[in-house]
Amino acid sequence: MIAFLTRTRHPGRADMTDWLAWGWAVLGTLVVAIPIAWAVISSLKTEAEINSFPPALVPRAAQTITVEGQTKPLSMWIRTLPDGSEQTVALVRRIGLSATVLDPSKPDESFRVPVAELRQLKELHLQWSNYSEPMKQFNFLRYLWNTVFVTVVATVLTLLLNSMAAFALSKYRFAGRDAMFALILSTMMIPLSVIMVPAFMVIVGLNLADNLWGVILSTVSTPTGVFLLRQYMLTIPDDLIEAARVDAASEFRIYWRIVLPLCAPALAVLAIFSVIWRWNDFLWPLIVLSSPDNYTLQIGLSSLQGQFNVQWHYILAMTVVTLLPVTMVFLFLQKYITEGVASSGVK
Amino acid sequence: MSAPTSVAPAVVARGERLGEGLDAVMRVAEVPMAGLQRLLGPGRMPYVFILPNMLLFTVFVFVPVGLAIAYAFTGGTNLLIWDRPFVGLENFKALLDCGSYLEPSTCRYNLFWTAVHNTWWYTLLNTLGTLFFALVTALVLNRLTRGRGFFRAVFFYPVLLSPVVVGLIWQWFLAREGLVNGFLTDWFDTRIIFLLEVGWSRAWVVYVSIWFHMGFYMLIILAGLQAIPRDIYEAAAIDGTSQWRQFWCLTLPLLIPNLLVVTVLLLIRSVQVFDEAWVLTNGGGPGTANTFIVQFIYQTAFAQEVRLYGLASAASVLMGIALLILTLSQLWLAKKAEV
Repeated sequence: MIAFLTRTRHPGRADMTDWLAWGWAVLGTLVVAIPIAWAVISSLKTEAEINSFPPALVPRAAQTITVEGQTKPLSMWIRTLPDGSEQTVALVRRIGLSATVLDPSKPDESFRVPVAELRQLKELHLQWSNYSEPMKQFNFLRYLWNTVFVTVVATVLTLLLNSMAAFALSKYRFAGRDAMFALILSTMMIPLSVIMVPAFMVIVGLNLADNLWGVILSTVSTPTGVFLLRQYMLTIPDDLIEAARVDAASEFRIYWRIVLPLCAPALAVLAIFSVIWRWNDFLWPLIVLSSPDNYTLQIGLSSLQGQFNVQWHYILAMTVVTLLPVTMVFLFLQKYITEGVASSGVK
Repeated sequence: MSAPTSVAPAVVARGERLGEGLDAVMRVAEVPMAGLQRLLGPGRMPYVFILPNMLLFTVFVFVPVGLAIAYAFTGGTNLLIWDRPFVGLENFKALLDCGSYLEPSTCRYNLFWTAVHNTWWYTLLNTLGTLFFALVTALVLNRLTRGRGFFRAVFFYPVLLSPVVVGLIWQWFLAREGLVNGFLTDWFDTRIIFLLEVGWSRAWVVYVSIWFHMGFYMLIILAGLQAIPRDIYEAAAIDGTSQWRQFWCLTLPLLIPNLLVVTVLLLIRSVQVFDEAWVLTNGGGPGTANTFIVQFIYQTAFAQEVRLYGLASAASVLMGIALLILTLSQLWLAKKAEV
């Protein structure tokens, strides 16, 4: 381990900057990980635990015991006797500063002790119902389904339409080609925040307001997608296409039988990004969708925040569910995502 | 760094399976497409291929761009453009009607100028902060001989999270009952309700933005660092140049074009700050301490009883002009960097 940590560019000589570099990297990892880990841990706490302060570092819950003669399970406490020794007791009821407790081994003899002598016994407890309860209570499954629908449909359409446009731009010569390509690239310079009012009017005009298709259609054409695929298609030799034409294949057949399969790597990169964009999209769905039945996860999640007397145990559980798919995608395809970003500046 | 030409076989396999599913659809689509080709001739087919894309761009980008400018010159509260009266420069005059631009409370729409001021400070601090942390992290990762891939993944991971998730995670982290306050109570016997105090909440909004987006800029800078030829450093090492001198006299000058592009990109993105800040601060609070321009546009147009689309569009146009200047300077810088 030490040998691994101290290995540097100059073998046998770990100087100050190497240690600083390692310190920065490790510290940075903690800075990134701790808030996320804290949300995940907190999402497994009971409602009582999540509201208690100071917070416990692990999800716990009161330990309980079923005692003969008592209708409800009793909570377990540790009683510190005046001589310093400790005794485990079960709490029957509490009135003001004194409590009625009993020794679980002798259920018939209850006695009163001052509350100050008691300390609650807690055990590790993962509150999985934080995850299952919102599914029933807040339409969460509906949000999930809407998001999956938008993500899948938009991604399939993005791949299809953008690859068709890229095919035309890379494999044909036609009047207006360069102008169209420039026009498509120029849309990169127009952020949604500048055109959101009239874009919403267009959605209303097309009768797509408060409709998932309004969210999908407006994001299908992406300049980055067209650009990425066009650059990739330029590397496909034209001879292949010529050969297919000689065999009397239609242009459309050439597109989906020859060009599209050869583009699989570029399509995969675009698909990964498209899924992440759609899954995380916020401002545009916020404008287009208005009825809770049509909310996506992101909108539903942000609306829950203000809606109830903030039920953090549910909100955090749903936050974790929301970040899980993206995390999975990243874990398996990390290399392609970081390389895609570094080489094209796509985000 | 090379383009992502190779993708895991599993991904390709999955893509192929999806392809098989689409195959049936395509087989059906081929019949009318071949018919279309007979009708139009093969020379017109590229127009058919590019048509759906151009149609969507026209409807959802080009038309709105034109309309945004048209909206800015109309008044009233109707959404449809033909129901709106022409008011000339009224919206712009209203927005720019200020006693002093340095003091938002003297303006007719003081919320707009508060938002402009907030956005200005956010942009300045976020750009400088992100640039610093991204540069240092990129230098550190470039130096590591082991674990570079791991740390690169760790630092990039937050970029992929959604703004809502980031906002909520941090709101919980900084909450009254949150972890930070837990430690503050333990060590200093004090508790700060960070997101309800003007200064603290502003600082945390900038910090969370840096935390969120730093990895993206780090990757771009890292790519720039790795493009610097190794042999320059070898030559410097032979000459006995110290590491500090190597950084100041070699790395930094060679990295300047890359850093300039990153800076302008950061400025463009910072001006448009909205999502994560909005969720983190529960809608721009406390009061209007974290209300930014995009939030002003959103609120004016969509989130109040009287929806002033014209005013919102005028604000959009003003922001669009600022962004256009930044974008053009980015293109200019990128072009200069290539030469």
